[in-house]
Amino acid sequence: MMRDGRIATGWGLLAMLGAVVAFGAIPASAATTLETIRSRGQMICGVNNELPGFGYVDAQGNYSGFDVDFCRAVGAALGVDVRFRALTPRDRFSALQSGEVDVLSRNTTWTISRDTNLGLDFVATTYYDGQGFMVRKSLGVKSAKELGGASVCLTTGTTTELNLADWFRANGLQYKPVLFEKADDALKAYEAGRCDVHTSDKSQLASLRSAAKNPGEHVLMPEVISKEPLGPLTRHGDNQWADIVRWTVNALITAEELGVTKANVDQVAKSSKNPEVQRLLGTTGSLGKDMGVGADWALKAIKAVGNYGEIYDRNVGPQTKLALERGLNQLWSKGGILFSPPFR
Amino acid sequence: MTAPVSNPQALAADDAPPRREIGVWGWARRNLFRTWYDTLLTLCFGWLFYRIVAGLIGWGIVQAGFGTTPKACAGSQGACWAFIGDLWPLFFVGAYPHDARWRPALALLLVVALGLLTLWRRTRTRWLLACWLLAPLPILALIGGSATLGLAAVDSGLWGGLMLTLLLAVVGIVFGFPLGVVLALGRRSRLPVIRALSVGYIELIRGVPLITVLFMASIMLPLFFPSGFNPDKVLRAMIGITLFYAAYMAEVVRGGLQGLARGQEEAAAALGLTYWQTTAFIVLPQALRIVIPPMVGTFIALLKDTSLVAIVGLFDLLGIARTATANPNWLGRIVEAYVFAGIIYWVLCFSMSQASRRLELRFQTRAG
Repeated sequence: MMRDGRIATGWGLLAMLGAVVAFGAIPASAATTLETIRSRGQMICGVNNELPGFGYVDAQGNYSGFDVDFCRAVGAALGVDVRFRALTPRDRFSALQSGEVDVLSRNTTWTISRDTNLGLDFVATTYYDGQGFMVRKSLGVKSAKELGGASVCLTTGTTTELNLADWFRANGLQYKPVLFEKADDALKAYEAGRCDVHTSDKSQLASLRSAAKNPGEHVLMPEVISKEPLGPLTRHGDNQWADIVRWTVNALITAEELGVTKANVDQVAKSSKNPEVQRLLGTTGSLGKDMGVGADWALKAIKAVGNYGEIYDRNVGPQTKLALERGLNQLWSKGGILFSPPFR
Repeated sequence: MTAPVSNPQALAADDAPPRREIGVWGWARRNLFRTWYDTLLTLCFGWLFYRIVAGLIGWGIVQAGFGTTPKACAGSQGACWAFIGDLWPLFFVGAYPHDARWRPALALLLVVALGLLTLWRRTRTRWLLACWLLAPLPILALIGGSATLGLAAVDSGLWGGLMLTLLLAVVGIVFGFPLGVVLALGRRSRLPVIRALSVGYIELIRGVPLITVLFMASIMLPLFFPSGFNPDKVLRAMIGITLFYAAYMAEVVRGGLQGLARGQEEAAAALGLTYWQTTAFIVLPQALRIVIPPMVGTFIALLKDTSLVAIVGLFDLLGIARTATANPNWLGRIVEAYVFAGIIYWVLCFSMSQASRRLELRFQTRAG
């Protein structure tokens, strides 16, 4: 039986090798992402479907959230439907590499190794996040520096785990990590008192705290121990497509700067005398055409989802259950670091 | 025959055992409070049982919030069933488009109607069998869309919830079972090549976890294909589950084949039946009857294992539970989501084992 098994395994491997050689020999199709989308009539966007406020399925079965809206904006700019594909942290990169999705908009942290090793390009930052700590108020801790020896609940397999180890080592403190596969489980364990501290990106901590039984019992530490710029990715090498996604994001930021909103965009396009607004909305110049899309691409995007501020407020802003302050994600002119290159 | 008794009630009352020895009280005395340590154990476990049940009822019913809006749960310390009340369609069909939700509902109705007709003896005819065989066509047309019927196509990436769980399980069972029978026969074949292939396949598949097969199917496979050619993700998972469970079913069927007396085959050979005739009319009908209980066990395991597809980005019943709790209106309702999904799984698995018992009984009476 042993021998038979080995023979079959050998055959299987040979067949697999044959398949790899056969398919590997076919050159990847030469069509650009934009051409593929146009011929398909649909843009496919990889998103998260279990992150409150950023990517989830609403009661009507529609994808919604902050990351989802940026995909809708790009789709509207091109004038095509957007199809969403829910991806897990594990399969998100290979889904983009293999062409299963055209763009990945799923709270992915921009790091040098991801940018250079994966054959993918980060094209913009839509949300500046950073890792923080949440502790029970009753502990009376004022700063994360007092957390020496604490047990920390966290989700495994993300940059969170690595940042935590770096930070505690840099500060010469000891800690006991308690690892979980899913964010919900980590939170439940923290709530049940299995650990003193819960750590995650600050945006997520805020939403988790609002979901806790008694939100008032928990406090966020002032320290931010990492930089987590989150944004969309495209495949490496298709610069035109990367430009379209990057400048759609920039257009939404610029629109907020210029006071162009979902409600007034049509009227502004007709009446505005501001040359930058005219260039942005395509009433003068040829910015859209040069990029390979229609002149009114930005107008369509804004009309579909609103400007950056509207997307933020609708999904995660202070009026929502998540109640995330703008913080770093405020416009540069209002104290944040959100900055779009000029439309010229 | 005894002589008639003038007052049977009076006599019965005289002959009856003392009241404290019969009925609930008598049973309790005999089984729960016979000795002092019996009493102690009964009281301890009774108290534990009471605490658990009281806790569950308190959490699930008394203190729970019912309705469909988050307001219904404001201030309640128990479960928030309003969460399920608002989002239950998600649990059944996932991200399926809102205005087309009647289509999977109709498909489900079709299956339930056929199921009820099957339970009723008078309608259990050849026509019903034909209906069952044809049923996949309208069901797939309803769920996936069909140009001829004027139903808009719905991308399989949007299929989810219980609908996806059932589709994966049914496809896995319907295609995995015959494949398993073929593999089991192949493993007992006298032809060395066929035997080697069957044994190799079964041992290879049984040597890896299902999750590996699913990862291969959903992550590795697309990298081998030329870009732009993307076989459907649901189809890939279906193929993965079918191929995986075929190996397990093969081993179950082989157990049945080996449990069959050698004389059956020899008698068939003596009658001049060919290999295929022997297999189809003598061996398989008896072997498959023996393996109904373990086979249904495998089916149930398959149904529950479909929840692993959540890891490769498909959102079955369990996967959609997490999606539902990401709704900002219902943050942190993961326990209610799990309990609800658990109840649905239990109903499905319990009905499967009940159906298996009915089937066993029927075959037993017929065999006897």
